[in-house]
Amino acid sequence: MATTVLGQDAHVAAGHGEKTGLWSWITTVDHKRIGILYGATAFLFFLLGGLEAEVIRLQLAKPDNKLVTPEFYNQLFTMHGTTMIFLGVMPLSAMFFNYLIPLMIGARDVAFPRLNAFSYWVFLLGGLFLNSSFLFGAAPNAGWFGYANLTSKQFSPGLNVDFWLMGLQILGVASLAAAVNFFVTIINLRAPGMKLMRMPMFVWMSFITQVLLLLAFPVITVALIMLMFDRLFGTHFFVPAGGGDPILWQHLFWIFGHPEVYILILPAFGIISEVLPVFSRKPLFGYAAMVFSGAFIAFLGFGVWSHHMFSTGMGPIADTFFSLATMLIAIPTGVKIFNWIGTIWGGSLQFKTPMLFALGFIAMFIIGGLSGVMHASPPADLQQTDTYFVVAHFHYVLFGGSIFGLTSGAYYWWPKMSGKMLDEKLGKLHFWLMLIGFNLTFFPMHFVGLHGMPRRVYTYPKGLGFELLNQMETVGALILAVSFLVFLVNIYRTMKSGAKAPADPWNGATLEWSIPSPPQEWNFAEQPVVHGRDPLWEAKRERGGPLPEPPLVSGKGIHLPAPSFWPLVAAVGVTLIFVGFMLLPKVGPWGLVIGISTLFFGVYNWLFEPSYTSIPGVKGKSSSH
Amino acid sequence: MSLAARAVRRLSRLAPLFVVLLVLVAAACARDYPQTTLAPKGDLARIEDDIFFTTVKWAVLVFVLVEGALVYAIFRFRGKPGDAEPEQIHGNTMVEIIWTVIPALILAMIAVPTVKAIFKENETPKGPNVLTVEVIGHQWWWEFRYPEYNLTTANELHVPVGRTVSLKMGAYDVIHSFWLPEFAGKRDVFPNRETRLWFTAEEPGEYSGQCAEFCGIQHGRMAFRVEAQEPAAFQTWVDHMKTLAAQPAAAAVAAPSTDSVHTSTAGATVQQPAGDLAAQGQKLFLTKGCVGCHSLVAYNAPQGLLGPNLANVGARTYIAAGTLKNTDENLAHWIRNPQEVKHGVLMPVLGVTEDEAKALVAFLRTHQ
Repeated sequence: MATTVLGQDAHVAAGHGEKTGLWSWITTVDHKRIGILYGATAFLFFLLGGLEAEVIRLQLAKPDNKLVTPEFYNQLFTMHGTTMIFLGVMPLSAMFFNYLIPLMIGARDVAFPRLNAFSYWVFLLGGLFLNSSFLFGAAPNAGWFGYANLTSKQFSPGLNVDFWLMGLQILGVASLAAAVNFFVTIINLRAPGMKLMRMPMFVWMSFITQVLLLLAFPVITVALIMLMFDRLFGTHFFVPAGGGDPILWQHLFWIFGHPEVYILILPAFGIISEVLPVFSRKPLFGYAAMVFSGAFIAFLGFGVWSHHMFSTGMGPIADTFFSLATMLIAIPTGVKIFNWIGTIWGGSLQFKTPMLFALGFIAMFIIGGLSGVMHASPPADLQQTDTYFVVAHFHYVLFGGSIFGLTSGAYYWWPKMSGKMLDEKLGKLHFWLMLIGFNLTFFPMHFVGLHGMPRRVYTYPKGLGFELLNQMETVGALILAVSFLVFLVNIYRTMKSGAKAPADPWNGATLEWSIPSPPQEWNFAEQPVVHGRDPLWEAKRERGGPLPEPPLVSGKGIHLPAPSFWPLVAAVGVTLIFVGFMLLPKVGPWGLVIGISTLFFGVYNWLFEPSYTSIPGVKGKSSSH
Repeated sequence: MSLAARAVRRLSRLAPLFVVLLVLVAAACARDYPQTTLAPKGDLARIEDDIFFTTVKWAVLVFVLVEGALVYAIFRFRGKPGDAEPEQIHGNTMVEIIWTVIPALILAMIAVPTVKAIFKENETPKGPNVLTVEVIGHQWWWEFRYPEYNLTTANELHVPVGRTVSLKMGAYDVIHSFWLPEFAGKRDVFPNRETRLWFTAEEPGEYSGQCAEFCGIQHGRMAFRVEAQEPAAFQTWVDHMKTLAAQPAAAAVAAPSTDSVHTSTAGATVQQPAGDLAAQGQKLFLTKGCVGCHSLVAYNAPQGLLGPNLANVGARTYIAAGTLKNTDENLAHWIRNPQEVKHGVLMPVLGVTEDEAKALVAFLRTHQ
């Protein structure tokens, strides 16, 4: 990224940081603003997914309950899973990638700022498209895993599966574009001196996540295209009546689906690897082991997909291979947990809210890991798979893990992003409510699963002994809802009247804490130079105390990518293409024609628009529209 | 001293959590879980249970050690304001090697019995004493066939105690999963491939299972029961079922048109319905269209029907795959409005009046 000085007029350049209004957000290509957009959008979707979960819990609070219809229940659990994975956890991670990767590696922006905006808009439109299905009473209803041949036209004639199928393809475009962007950013835009083995652990884990995304998403894309052809054009990839094989879907889905699990958890690994050292006042224990164990987990993640399929009867050889490969993953995961404990061991622990969530992460993730080893054993899994035991397991990993980790990161970097400190008392209340609510919701699920309750059932009969455990879970889910209300109150109150955040409120170790909170549009007024792993701690040690508050600089002569709305136009085009596919049987090719034209129009203008702000008076032509 | 006191104070604050845990343990100890995996009553389920508890033992050990270390570190290394910077340790190769190797050893302790059990579980039982049963999953009910006896039944499987049952399984429409926790665990069933499962029942009794793979709107209502019987009782049941047979030309597959009703023999059984009400019910069974999907014969039954075999429906514990107890009112309600009982089920609302439903119930009750 060029940083040559073009600007002459300090006022114009300084003006970059002060742009406000809807239009400035729609056309923004600033990675920090896009990060905030990702965060806000994903958090809203997350709350929606949480609301779906609350209705699920209310429906299951008593046997033979009729709160919702079976059809709506199936839509709820499908949308809960799909929303939490694709619209909640993944884009919340993307918020941190966007906001922090450039700051942590000392860059001015991501490698392709407009592509970054494009990713966000595609994600937003994909999420809206998917959820718009509720308005038509046709929300996806075949599970987030969409097993063939239930998804075939014969057994799912409605638009439900089409919404899911097209929605995931749209979201896949966003994920892939973002993955390319962050991959290139991390490889190419690191500050001088930041060798790979000096990168903050969050950047490392993000990097590995991008590799996973790049390798896993094409597989699900292929599977979705095959399913789309089955449904739209009468092919028989997964239709047994035509010689297809529904189990092919399971293989393709889980070759994507298992790495996806690591896509969801590795960013949280990275976050707590930043939080624990700072609040222990001690560097990360075993940095190299942390990097390699992360890479090893990702590598093994592509060789274990069939452990989701032990009950299909693959035979003893395949069962043995996938079982042992799965157990192997426990080793690098264990290394990570031990290294985190090694990090706090001998430290001087500061129990600020981010630290509580990070410690909660470790405590809960251990439980999820151990139950994972239990169903890595196929004979045990023949009882556990598709029961609430598995539901308990993956919520310990994805809620106890990912959500605790992401929440830790939210409290940790909130001051940097917003310029305001969150309230510690409310933060701690949030933590304890969430810890208690979480365990009350998900711990009994282990038992109710082992006692014979399958997943994805809209109700259960009296007399199987499921009542008490389900009631406890429902109470727990309500406590969880309260904990997030506390978080919202905290955000609202501190945004209105909270303390102003200094540049470095936590005695941070990484570069983002060396610049004002919130950072100015150009991030670093001067290119930072890195000499070690914890650059800011080293700078403070050298100086013998805290660094002075960084001055707000004018940004004179700093050269930035220009705002653009063409990424949004292109994103609309991408969305319309898939809407066009969905409506193909109804309106013919016209939807597709409009979609492709819009995409082409957007990309064409994007290509021929000047990519940097031209300063009035220098070029005499503004590129803003 | 102060550290210990502080720890106690902190722990006492967690008291509510312990109460919750206690309740959980109590809940887990209670005996009334008729579908539990934790009290195996068959050989395959025991293999699965053994492996599960092997993993549980190691998991509890690891849990106590690792969570213990975490909690200890949290209390032991609490920072106080004004503390000096702690020693800056970046790692320790020896320690890191140890905590890589120890988990590997523990996993080996789990892996060895796992692999043994995998091969055991995948064996297909052979021999003259093996009872083969064909299982076919339908949206949303289970069909069971006994090739040895040429019998077909639905949703309630009878098996003899002490004789290994070998299940050859498939699906009629979409993927389902046959889950019988106390005997066998589960195995998915597919529309285009055969899967196998086996078990040997140890004690007579009723056992429950249900579909475990999401299979559409009524996946939640796809239960089945297994009745394990002493061999003699089982033989009696088989002999009785054989009497529920079709007369020569079993043409039940084709839905009879009204004028062919009297010539069709599909609904006729060797049992003659007792009483007028039942006779009226028999007529309705033929004219209302029931016969298009349901057969009333167990022996040499027609195959490929959409609805469950009803040859012994009068004797079953549940109707609609575990949805309702098999009482007269429930059965009448089900016949009149299946879509209200089990929305989305393939059985249509046929416009049966209340009186007609009563007649049909009386007729079906004669099929025991």
